[in-house]
Amino acid sequence: MIGESFTIALRALYANKLRTSLTMLGILIGVGAVIALLAIGQGAQAAVEQRFAFLGTNVIYVRPGFQMVGGVRTQAGSAPTLSYEDAAALAEPGAAPAVAAVAPVRMTFGQMVIQGLNVQTRIVGTTPSWTDVRSFRVTRGEFFDDEAVESVSPVVVLGYGVAQTLFPDSDPIGETLRVNAGGQSVNVRVIGVLEKKGGTGFANQDDQAVMPISVVLRKLQNARTAQGAQQVSEIDIKAVSDKAIDAAVEQVTEIMTRAHGSPDDFQVTSVQDQIDAQKEASQTLTILLGAIAGISLVVGGIGIMNIMIVSVTERTREIGIRKAVGARRQDIMLQFLMEALVVSLLGGLAGVFGGIGMSKFVEGKELNGQAISTVVEPSAVVLAFGISAAIGLFFGIYPASRAARLNPIQALRYE
Amino acid sequence: MITLRGVTKTYRMGNIEVHALAGVDLEIGDGEFVAIMGPSGSGKSTLMNIVGCLDVPTAGSYLLDGLEVSGMTDDELTRIRNRKLGFVFQSFNLLPRLSALEQVEVPMTYARVPGHERKRRATAALARVGLGDRTHHKPTELSGGQQQRVAIARALVTEPSLILADEPTGALDSRSTAEIIALFEELNAAGITVVFVTHEPDVAAHTRRQVHIRDGEVVLDTATGEQPAPETSAWGRIPAGVAP
Repeated sequence: MIGESFTIALRALYANKLRTSLTMLGILIGVGAVIALLAIGQGAQAAVEQRFAFLGTNVIYVRPGFQMVGGVRTQAGSAPTLSYEDAAALAEPGAAPAVAAVAPVRMTFGQMVIQGLNVQTRIVGTTPSWTDVRSFRVTRGEFFDDEAVESVSPVVVLGYGVAQTLFPDSDPIGETLRVNAGGQSVNVRVIGVLEKKGGTGFANQDDQAVMPISVVLRKLQNARTAQGAQQVSEIDIKAVSDKAIDAAVEQVTEIMTRAHGSPDDFQVTSVQDQIDAQKEASQTLTILLGAIAGISLVVGGIGIMNIMIVSVTERTREIGIRKAVGARRQDIMLQFLMEALVVSLLGGLAGVFGGIGMSKFVEGKELNGQAISTVVEPSAVVLAFGISAAIGLFFGIYPASRAARLNPIQALRYE
Repeated sequence: MITLRGVTKTYRMGNIEVHALAGVDLEIGDGEFVAIMGPSGSGKSTLMNIVGCLDVPTAGSYLLDGLEVSGMTDDELTRIRNRKLGFVFQSFNLLPRLSALEQVEVPMTYARVPGHERKRRATAALARVGLGDRTHHKPTELSGGQQQRVAIARALVTEPSLILADEPTGALDSRSTAEIIALFEELNAAGITVVFVTHEPDVAAHTRRQVHIRDGEVVLDTATGEQPAPETSAWGRIPAGVAP
């Protein structure tokens, strides 16, 4: 009987081609929108994960807190409150058992010049434990050691991208570069090149140059805290394991609070916190986008219901004839439900292709300077297709049961 | 075998009760050929609907082949219509867009007859009404008489014991009318009970029994000579048994 209902449905739909395709269009747009918008949302989530993946998930940052300038709260991280000594206190053996490595970082931007070639890059002044904290390996040459920090040795380890730009076809090791930053300049010798890590924009891990922190502080950017100590931009810390992140955050906060007298002029955040926050934001975005697309699906469903009611009214006489010759209520019900279902499933199928096509189309397009990435999850396709079937059934039930309940005598007399 | 005992049908129209049938007693045996006649509004259509199991009486009893129909549910009535009855309508009532063969298959679809069997029986039924060469024509490609033949094929394909026809020749020219009447006579000769409603005396003349209805009551039955209340109508003046 289901097979026969299917045939009857197809013929009825084929007989009203324009009407059928317009009804399908409603579902097509709804399903397509759900798939495309979910793909964009999922793409944003995937981008977040990718952006943080190479930072290492068990990394903790200590950054300065807010600064009050004339009663105005400035950007987080702008207060000159973190000192080199804070890092030393945190690295003290036994002080914080959940901490595996500590690297103070003094960050600035500068120009690196060699023989007519130059590049603007991020200059990171730090200690040798930085490679451990940030999980960086040196592919050529070597990283500087504690001795180099102590003796303010003018050496540099180039990020992969910087090395590529300045030394397109020669070995950078042993070459001397000129670094201009903050009105100062210093000559440094290249001793190593970092592995290629990728990342885009501000998070580009290949666009940086790493030097002993003493070189940056003494020769390029001699900044002091209010107490006169040497000021650092941030302190990067690695927890002993992923599980120890919370304990490490607690211990670091305690030590810093003791050293600074209050927990107000610094912030301790873990990469995991950042991932969670960003993920939450993009998840909210995904849900929001999905909900908007869902509305268009409901509108499409109402379109189906509308057209099915018209169809039932138009075919009142047909229903009367069928009932007279032996169609039971359930037979008529099945016939019209099948019709609604076929329209919504065909529309849904076309919508799946439309949605995937749309996702492919916007992939890589720029929006506010950021490339859109999309991920079409099979589960989203199944979901959208399932919802379109559910909508066909839901909005088909009322017209179908109206048809099934028709009185055969009145239906036969209907003109 | 149809047995109606004191069948009444009452419709409510606002506060007024309309008695479409006011106590009809009627018996139609197997193999009979009966015409039900009466002016419009007499209740003959209501009687047909009840005999055809499309409607149930308000009061009274209707036995079809010994089965009490009056208390049945919708789906039970549908089953009876499908198995025991065949309908022929004035306006043919074919389904749009289906070929003659498919039209005839419809009742068998609802009886869950398998596809190849349906095709075989539908082809045979169409051949029986003389449309063996028109099986793939759509209603719009057939004349009125041919359409009515398709409807008759559809009615007899389930091998019903009773075929009910509501003004089957009302929309046909005289030549087609004669052909359709001849077809009904042929089916009746093959043992099928045929009951039809008509208001054309010359069509009714082909049947062996006429039942006249007026104001919801049987006023004349040529089989019994029944003439219950002489004052009820003008039909009372027709002497019993004069019809050919």
